[in-house]
Amino acid sequence: MDVRLSPEQVALRAAAAQVVDRLGVHGVAELDDFERASKLDAAVAASGWRELRTATDDGTPWASAVEVALVAEELGRGLGDAPFVGATLAAELRRRVGAPAAGVPETVVFRADLGELATDEGGQVPAGALALDAGIAETALVFVGRAEGWSLGAVAVEPPTNAPSTSGADLTRPVASVRAPGTVIAIDGQGRPLDNDDVAAWQSLALAMTSADLVGVMRGALDLTIDYARTRHQYGASIGSFQAVQHLLADAFVAMEGSRSIALHAAWAVDALSAPEALAAGSASKAYCARAARAVCETAIQVHGGIGNTWECLAHVFLRRALLSSDLLGGVGPNLARVLQARNIGVDDGLR
Amino acid sequence: MDFADSPEELEFRLRLRTWLSQNNPGLPASSTADEYWAGQAAWHRTLYDAGFFGLSWPAEVGGHDLASVYEVILDEELTTAGTPPRPSVGYLVQGLLRHGNDDIRRRFLPGLVSGRERWCQGFSEPDAGSDLASLRTRAVRDGEEYVITGHKVWTSYSDAADWCLVLARTDPDVPKHKGISAFIVPMGQSAIEQRPLQMINGITREFGEVLFDGARVDAANMVGEPGEGWRLAMTVVSHEREPGELGYVARYGKLVNELALVVEEAPSRFGPEAQRDLAWALIETEMLRCHVSRRLSDRRNGLSHGPQGSVDKLLMTAAEQAVGHAALSIGGAVHADGDDTWLKVYLYSRAQSVMGGTSQIQRNLIAGRILELPTS
Repeated sequence: MDVRLSPEQVALRAAAAQVVDRLGVHGVAELDDFERASKLDAAVAASGWRELRTATDDGTPWASAVEVALVAEELGRGLGDAPFVGATLAAELRRRVGAPAAGVPETVVFRADLGELATDEGGQVPAGALALDAGIAETALVFVGRAEGWSLGAVAVEPPTNAPSTSGADLTRPVASVRAPGTVIAIDGQGRPLDNDDVAAWQSLALAMTSADLVGVMRGALDLTIDYARTRHQYGASIGSFQAVQHLLADAFVAMEGSRSIALHAAWAVDALSAPEALAAGSASKAYCARAARAVCETAIQVHGGIGNTWECLAHVFLRRALLSSDLLGGVGPNLARVLQARNIGVDDGLR
Repeated sequence: MDFADSPEELEFRLRLRTWLSQNNPGLPASSTADEYWAGQAAWHRTLYDAGFFGLSWPAEVGGHDLASVYEVILDEELTTAGTPPRPSVGYLVQGLLRHGNDDIRRRFLPGLVSGRERWCQGFSEPDAGSDLASLRTRAVRDGEEYVITGHKVWTSYSDAADWCLVLARTDPDVPKHKGISAFIVPMGQSAIEQRPLQMINGITREFGEVLFDGARVDAANMVGEPGEGWRLAMTVVSHEREPGELGYVARYGKLVNELALVVEEAPSRFGPEAQRDLAWALIETEMLRCHVSRRLSDRRNGLSHGPQGSVDKLLMTAAEQAVGHAALSIGGAVHADGDDTWLKVYLYSRAQSVMGGTSQIQRNLIAGRILELPTS
């Protein structure tokens, strides 16, 4: 056992950090800076990070989920508003069925509560289904039920052209309804159906990625807030010198560190453990990180005081991103249920 | 980045697993019964004699010179086997390794590591808790000895200890942190009185207070230089905050596995609140296992304890108290059959946010030393 990052992983993390430090969102006004967002998207595209889970010649992915998580964490920290999670999850689905990589920017469709991937209903996407990272993707994947398991289908996604077509809390990653008719077209060239283990392994990747994004969001929110606590003065002193404020920030830091440890394990588990074990690791991580991230981002708003409750303060942008990452594949409740199921404990419906 | 065993680690794990399957002493949980504390010494010696204790400590003190991550493997296998955890003496070992001279290390570490000699730690006093440096126990030089007078409290295992690592003031005329020295004091003398303290869950064999009324200790039993006591204390308490040093992953893992089994056997007895508390106990315990793996892997860089120990202490506390809450939800507060084991586990868990430095002190340390927030 040696859970230190390899030199290559350290370099990857540094590269991702450099990109988001240069092109991420450092102020609310930058959310509308189309030129910056385009440059970030171009940098992510050029890096190949969205193709980390596409298939090599023998069908294995180019990189492990640990590398994916490192990039996800940095994008979360810097409020990176370029597609990553949707594209990576779509690539993982294509790899698992043996389909060729998508020719156009692609994402995935979740059912309306974001808790599971959407499933085809008679050739149509179910009502209320939502496409993740809808800003750039042209197609999005859903499950199609087959007698022998699951296969994939794709629907066209129209880019949201104005604000009302975008829904959801997150200001950095638009989620859009799949518009009518949402006709599902079977993916050509697929080699084999997905079984339950494929689905569980895919879910474990989604849980690991969203956990990593939440860890990054916590780091970013904490950095912002600690800087503010140092510089904001009241009663003739920096508010960061007051024990009441210090303890809020210390608790937030501890929550972030615990999240980091369990999320790292979840990312490793995706490729190293059996699918049910990886799903258990991802579920435990996601429940922990979702609870922690909401608390940390709420602390960020609290320590910023009045300004923290205004649109112009970046704290709510972190919170909003955390809310979406939490809901993807389920936040606290559904993952507590998954953790118990992994221990053969039937779950009371109240937990879901 | 790999949580999996190397071939050597796997070989060790399987050897350990086989041994544990035949050597589980079947003691009750440490937090619930005096029988545990009565049997713990024998468990320590058994584990040591089989070659499974002190894995990452130097061979010259009875350790095995293995990488720190072997301690995680030990904790995982102790959890799976449902045995007691490894004895929590690592913080004393680290203190003596770092501050003791060759003579101290040679005379005392082998007995401490092997479990042949029992130890307790005389730091806190009735008027020196979080503010440890204000301690008033005095040590006065008398020829080749020091004479110790004072009152120590919250002294775990003092009833069974052969030795007490005592902090005492040797110089009252310098600033309070600088006038403290550390001594290894033999407990078997009439000038030392030990009184048990009953904890809120009823157990009496863990906690105690110790009164020194002119107790004598050889001057050669001073650890480090005169005035080095505070630095030694900081070494010891910072390791006392590390779950990787204490082996508590196995303590919580055993409890949470037992709780999960209770629910699995009769799920209809437990509603959503108990299920939720159990799920959090499982998750917090898993988080701590992952966190300790991370910290002990970092030691391969030569990194050791530091202010990060305060983070570990708060994470460990969250885990223990989540297990405690699950124990309360699942075990209940009233027991028609007279078995209040889970209530005891819950009540004992409240101590974790106080012992080894309160959670409030840990937050102060994190704010100042890690977040580098200004002092008021």
